[in-house]
Amino acid sequence: MTTQAMTAGRAPMPGMKVYNLKLGMWIFLLSEVMFFTGLIGSYIILRFAHPEQFAAPGQVLNINLTAFNTFLLICSSVTMVKAYAAIQQGDQQGLKNWLLATIVIGASFVGVQVYEYIALAGEGFVPIADAYHAVGRHMPHDGPAIGGQLYGSTFYTMTGFHGTHVSIGVLCLCFTYWRAAKGAYTADNLGGVEIMGLYWHFVDLVWIILFTIVYLV
Amino acid sequence: MSTIEQEMVHAAEGGHHDHHELPFIRKYIFSTDHKMIAKQFMFVSLFFLVIGGLLATMMRWQLGYPGEPMPGGMLLPDAMMAPTPNGAIMLPEFYNSLVTMHGTIMIFFAIMPLLVGLFGNLLIPLQIGAEDMAFPRLNMISFWLAVPAGILMLSSFAVEGGAAGAGWTSYAPLSVSGEWTGVYLGQQLWLASLTILGFSSLVGAVNYITTVINMRAPGMTWFRMPLATWALFVTAILILLAIPILAGALIMLLFDQTIGTGFFRPEVGGEPLLWQHLFWFFGHPEVYILILPAMGIVSEVISNRARKPIFGYHSMVLAIIGIGFLGWIVWGHHMFMSGMNPLLGTSFMISTMAIAVPSAIKTFNWLATIWKGDLHLDSPMLYALAFVSMFIIGGLSGIFMASTPVDIYIHDTYFIVAHIHYVLFGGSLFAIFAGITFWFPKMFGRMMNETLNKVHFGLTIVLYNLVFWPMHNLGLQGMMRRIYDFTQYEYLAPLQPMNQFISISVFLLVAAQSVYAFNFFWSIFRGEKASNNPWDSNTLEWTVPSPPPHGNFPEMPVVYRGPYEYSSPESDTDFYPQTKPPPSKPPVQELIPEPVTPTPEGF
Amino acid sequence: MNWSWILPPSFSTVSGDIDGIYYVILWITGITFFITEALLFYFIFKYRHKEGRKATYDHGSTKMEIAWTMVPLVIVLWIGVVSKGVWDTVKVDVPAAGLEVIVTGKQFEWNVTYPGPDGALGTSDDFETLNELHAPEDQPIVITLRSEDVIHSFFLPEMRIKQDAVPGQDITVWFEAIQPGDYTIGCAELCGIGHTTMGGTLTIYTAADFQAWSSSQAQQQQP
Repeated sequence: MTTQAMTAGRAPMPGMKVYNLKLGMWIFLLSEVMFFTGLIGSYIILRFAHPEQFAAPGQVLNINLTAFNTFLLICSSVTMVKAYAAIQQGDQQGLKNWLLATIVIGASFVGVQVYEYIALAGEGFVPIADAYHAVGRHMPHDGPAIGGQLYGSTFYTMTGFHGTHVSIGVLCLCFTYWRAAKGAYTADNLGGVEIMGLYWHFVDLVWIILFTIVYLV
Repeated sequence: MSTIEQEMVHAAEGGHHDHHELPFIRKYIFSTDHKMIAKQFMFVSLFFLVIGGLLATMMRWQLGYPGEPMPGGMLLPDAMMAPTPNGAIMLPEFYNSLVTMHGTIMIFFAIMPLLVGLFGNLLIPLQIGAEDMAFPRLNMISFWLAVPAGILMLSSFAVEGGAAGAGWTSYAPLSVSGEWTGVYLGQQLWLASLTILGFSSLVGAVNYITTVINMRAPGMTWFRMPLATWALFVTAILILLAIPILAGALIMLLFDQTIGTGFFRPEVGGEPLLWQHLFWFFGHPEVYILILPAMGIVSEVISNRARKPIFGYHSMVLAIIGIGFLGWIVWGHHMFMSGMNPLLGTSFMISTMAIAVPSAIKTFNWLATIWKGDLHLDSPMLYALAFVSMFIIGGLSGIFMASTPVDIYIHDTYFIVAHIHYVLFGGSLFAIFAGITFWFPKMFGRMMNETLNKVHFGLTIVLYNLVFWPMHNLGLQGMMRRIYDFTQYEYLAPLQPMNQFISISVFLLVAAQSVYAFNFFWSIFRGEKASNNPWDSNTLEWTVPSPPPHGNFPEMPVVYRGPYEYSSPESDTDFYPQTKPPPSKPPVQELIPEPVTPTPEGF
Repeated sequence: MNWSWILPPSFSTVSGDIDGIYYVILWITGITFFITEALLFYFIFKYRHKEGRKATYDHGSTKMEIAWTMVPLVIVLWIGVVSKGVWDTVKVDVPAAGLEVIVTGKQFEWNVTYPGPDGALGTSDDFETLNELHAPEDQPIVITLRSEDVIHSFFLPEMRIKQDAVPGQDITVWFEAIQPGDYTIGCAELCGIGHTTMGGTLTIYTAADFQAWSSSQAQQQQP
């Protein structure tokens, strides 16, 4: 794609030499940063105010499973990079293959997260403050509750919003795949793939932060 | 005839039934044309402005005549009014809903979409020389998200328990559970509606920022941009960064209500003050979202109608940016009495005092702009000067609240009600009147009736001050805000006559707005035909036909100078359009920057 | 109708300072208001369009702009510094208590708990009053402010005291009244349907009268 086509038919002067779609995505991601800042900030404030409501790492949450899930998401970022590299070379088949890989891995991430939620809820770890009764992964089911009511609320809200972002990302990837299958992207016209990649890497980055502060700290 | 002339003639003959004939639904309903979307935002938000005004009159009835039957009250359902043999008396829960919905509707559904949705859409592409927004379809989506949000908000009056009643700030834990307010579904609709509206604003903001950065015409450097566009650009950045914080808070509150999480519920360890911090971290930038575009509009009008360059263009821009930055570190001044650590109160007081400075710079620069000018006192100028005059009052009264010890007494009293209305009504709304009147010919190709506008201006400025000035005095006497029946307090009972006086003034003020409404609709169809540039303005939007055709600029405009070169000795008229080539300067080609060669690895 | 900008009389040791800062700001903003509005109207009149008038082509003056940046900055920062002292007295530096009470807000009443004859809160001889706060003059009254349900705001207009009561938080408020009499207690934060009725009375006694009142209450409320 020429610069002209990417800036809706006009030279991008005297603005930045970044085409509209990409600039728009960067700006949108800034607001996403603020959204997660709000959530993470609230989590930190609540946790400092009520440390007794939160459990030690690994007591309630299954770190191994989520570490595997984190690994999956990082892999999907790699495949996304590969997809972008393929279309830069004009390799449309390569683009489709790597996009498909990203979709499959991204969907697996969501699947593992759903499985994790079901397992945790079975152990009494729920977002509903009044019904909260997490007993820990290696405890008998009638044991004393670990952590407190804010723990479930914050955990599910933060990871849930991230999961929603991944799910939306997977849907967008499917759309990108469908466009790629129609041959919409070429080495000159790959804006759609690039902004998809930007979003996907952002979601990946957010997860690494969330994984660290929710599971490991 | 050249194509441009043909197009101009075409447009002058009434409308643009030229090459782009679109079906009705694409042209008027699901339009992607920024000018049509601007008009859509205008009509919808003016509708909400009327609703918000009606809510205010009902509230003022109760305050002026506490416990007396409201005229027409029998028409409202029993959930709002208690019927008696003499008529219907307002219920306190309905009063609380009125307080909440008046604030919410005016701020989120009237003033904000008028300033940002109307003027952002109308002015940004036209003033920077772009043929449309960077993402026209996103622009359409932005409008069509705002509409369902508005419908949801209004529908909450009809649900059981009534509309939200915890104030437009919806402080937790009052807003968390219907147990405290009697409002269940209404509060949830409020939260859902604002979340959707937030998404709409966000999409708009992404669009505005991208457009301003990327779509400026050749020669339109940052410091040749009109101040309205500058203000809207900084406003869009504030929206972009503030709205997500609000969205997060709204969703947490919604979860607290619906699925029973515990963020703001103290009984399970949640923090009520966390809501206030999140809300005001959004809320203070929001205040500037509501005033910066107004300042931009007023700068345009004053410089144009004074036929004089704006005084200190660069410091005006820097003041906008300064307000944009400082706006992020003052949110705590809404929370001096909240139980926040009082030491923090001092730091928020100092930052709040500092933010008075850029506002002062702007005010003095406006004064200096009209100094030694050639003032054309037609209606847009009168509205703009009223903005300056009222903003001075609103700005100065802010200093009382900024001072923490004085705020102890006047916090949550009518003093703050007076202050916010001097800024939002005397400020923003007068700027909106100025802007609509000024750009009316560009939107509709016709002028508004000048006599009717002057009548409206005279009535509004007088009645407005009769309404809001005495509210300062009420506040100083200690009258709390958001109070259903102040006569319950013995020491406030003597304030009854003044409250009545204010209420009567409000009824007249609201009635006076019908003059503008009539003029508005009458002028759309019957107004005097406008030329392309009725105000002899320099900026780019006045170089194209009124209304501009699809795609705005028949040819790419080239910009040679700043927007406020009025009465320049270089020009033979008292204006000097940004696109007019300088007499002795090199020809066009050399001024256009080198074309950019696309670099493949960059994409 | 009272169009006055004079504050109603106040009766606490700090209220004089608070009112003083108010009047300082009133003078500063009042003078600024008259000067700027007068200039505005004068310019509007003097430079209104007439045949043959031409506006001065002038882009601004850095000197003037620096002047009207620095002058307001210095003034507002000075107001800030002055305000800080009084703020610290009212909200930060709590003096040794002459009387300690607990005030608990709930929809829609103020509950006041007194220490009783032993002078200590949380003991069995504590007694309570509803929507009434009784206190002696010339002694710091230190209040622990609580809320049982939603946020209320404890407002003593004549004492120039206001503080939100937040559920889950104990907030300290203090004042010292300088004259016996009956004063108002109000709620200044919207707290629900009955917000408007959440008022009460603050009664200030001389030290001796308060002793008498206090012991009679303690006796009455003993089980």
